[in-house]
Amino acid sequence: MANDKVTLLQAINLALHRAMAEDERVVVLGEDVGVNGGVFRATQGLRDSFGFKRVIDTPLAETMIAGLAVGMAAQGLRPVLEIQFMGFIYATMEHLVSHASRLRNRTRGRLSCPLVLRSPMGAGIRAPEHHSESTEAMFAHVPGLRVVVPSSPARAYGLLLAAIDDPDPVIFLEPTRLYRMNPQPLSDDGRRLPLDSCFTLREGSDLTLISWGASVMETLKAADALAEQGISAEVIDVACIKPLDLDTLEASVRKTGRCVIVHEAPRTCGVGGEIAASLYERVFLDLQAPIQRVTAPDIPPPLYRLEQLYMPSVEDILHACDHVLNFA
Amino acid sequence: MTAKKIELPYTRYLSPDGRLIGAMPDSADDFNLLTRLYRQMVLTRLFDQKAVALQRTGRIGTYAPTLGQEAIGVAIGFLMQPDDVLVPYYRDTAVQLVRGVRMEEILLYWGGDERGSDFAEPGVAEDFPICVPIATQALHACGVASAFKIRGEHRVVVTTCGDGATSKGDFLEALNVAGAWQLPVVFVVNNNQWAISVPRRIQCGAPTLAQKAVGAGFHGEQVDGNDMLAVYERMQVALERARQGKGPVLLECLSYRLGDHTTADDATRYRPAEEVKHAWQEEPIKRLQSFLASQGVWDEGREQALIAECQALVGQAVDNFEGAGLQSPESIVDHVYARWPKALAEQREEILERAIRHAGGSGHGQ
Repeated sequence: MANDKVTLLQAINLALHRAMAEDERVVVLGEDVGVNGGVFRATQGLRDSFGFKRVIDTPLAETMIAGLAVGMAAQGLRPVLEIQFMGFIYATMEHLVSHASRLRNRTRGRLSCPLVLRSPMGAGIRAPEHHSESTEAMFAHVPGLRVVVPSSPARAYGLLLAAIDDPDPVIFLEPTRLYRMNPQPLSDDGRRLPLDSCFTLREGSDLTLISWGASVMETLKAADALAEQGISAEVIDVACIKPLDLDTLEASVRKTGRCVIVHEAPRTCGVGGEIAASLYERVFLDLQAPIQRVTAPDIPPPLYRLEQLYMPSVEDILHACDHVLNFA
Repeated sequence: MTAKKIELPYTRYLSPDGRLIGAMPDSADDFNLLTRLYRQMVLTRLFDQKAVALQRTGRIGTYAPTLGQEAIGVAIGFLMQPDDVLVPYYRDTAVQLVRGVRMEEILLYWGGDERGSDFAEPGVAEDFPICVPIATQALHACGVASAFKIRGEHRVVVTTCGDGATSKGDFLEALNVAGAWQLPVVFVVNNNQWAISVPRRIQCGAPTLAQKAVGAGFHGEQVDGNDMLAVYERMQVALERARQGKGPVLLECLSYRLGDHTTADDATRYRPAEEVKHAWQEEPIKRLQSFLASQGVWDEGREQALIAECQALVGQAVDNFEGAGLQSPESIVDHVYARWPKALAEQREEILERAIRHAGGSGHGQ
């Protein structure tokens, strides 16, 4: 298994197997996660390895799944719950916002809520309505939560293990579009990656490209295209969007003086706005051009025939880079 | 086609004036137990009255009185085992006190201090703090019960709510999963007839709330929630059933909210004085007192001694509460995460600077 090429989805599956084998407090619950192995097969094989008491097919009720996980976590279990699509995640919100994120604080640490909520996110797989959302900003706004979005098999593996270890609730959002794309070598060695940290995927000196989730793929392609023009772009995968590793972002933009933020979620109150505001507070005088955002417009994800218009493309990113690079 | 009529048991042993009706439950001749239950009800009421008085004089914030609900909470508290878990709502002062939550902790909580939910007694270390968002606690209870079941522990979860909460999806989803998985949960519905200003009759079209359990595949029943003998017996049976792995129980306790919803509410705006006057004729403490007196185990002398004893306890708790001092400014930050994230370090510094600025009074802006 060492260094076999695996997809992001397989990396998730490997991390879940690893976490359950290492720690008997870890339980997996959700709709169809047991016998069926999850609608994307992220939990495939867990039921056979760890049994029905730890890999639990729940009744079809998202609010219930979240509420149940709060009770389990308060009892010292490490529930990893799956919500099948981000479009169905809203029913969990009351339990995440009013309970999971606050139980530790409400009780001065007497009780806590170490749960991980996994959900696919994003558009681009020609899915039905309500299967293509990117609403990570809603969760990032909630004190007490962590919000993690991996964008490669290795980061999915290392960050999911770290999320399950974490003593506080983590919303772990998996870009559906990347699930089966670009298999990469991965060693199933149980190594955790740090939460609360950005990943600099590519170093550069002329401008900083900041992204997360599926858009990281287009952002890296845009950096390749810029390199062909002799422009050196630094690419940062934010990966943990709450809390934000602003120090890494600041250092990069201070160095390059130019910044483009790319995300698939709608623009208004998106995490890109938060990053831009924080950068303006910190590096205003080092900026050579206004920060640009390349995002979805403020619309619901269109049904799939026109969904490509919704997601930032390589050309859209290059267009914004052009503006930032040539700002007079 | 008509739906099959659902008939559920309803239990009452004591008439409103404290006379035994029909068959006597086993507990009815254990006067030692009944006296202890009675004493705890009186203590609860005196504490509750003090809490309302503290709110009226600005010494604590909004408080949800438990007036009239003492039999339900005291019975639950007496019957739960220490390692069972209580997942309460906000009108559960009675049961919390029996479980071991301290009076000063309850005052701290309603007095605006999170330490009130950091229970000191080991017997309540796993109990949830009171739940404010309606009915959400019912699902947490199912999660706790699932943990017991996964680990093979013979412990029981008791969760409570009012009649209004039974309208909420969370309550129904909790019943559903508890039935599907046969979880060791006892759902106690304190049907006190009023969800703030909305009366029971327009809350739900079903003739009983207990029958919601039937739709989830488990046992539900009604009990006179103002009759300590009845609540105690039915609660004992329910807990035993859950502990033996025979599945959940829904116990609907018919009661009456003699007080306002909270100290911020004025129930005279929406319910007739006649109704409240009538409800006072059925209240639980007087009922048990009359029964005990009729059996020759209670009298005015014992009553006066008990009140003095309880008032001393309450007075001591108020002193402890008022002597507790403020938490530090850091405390509002430092319990949000297990470790405050380095990525948010700046915000913590800002709060500490804000505290210094505020302590400087009018100094800021100069």
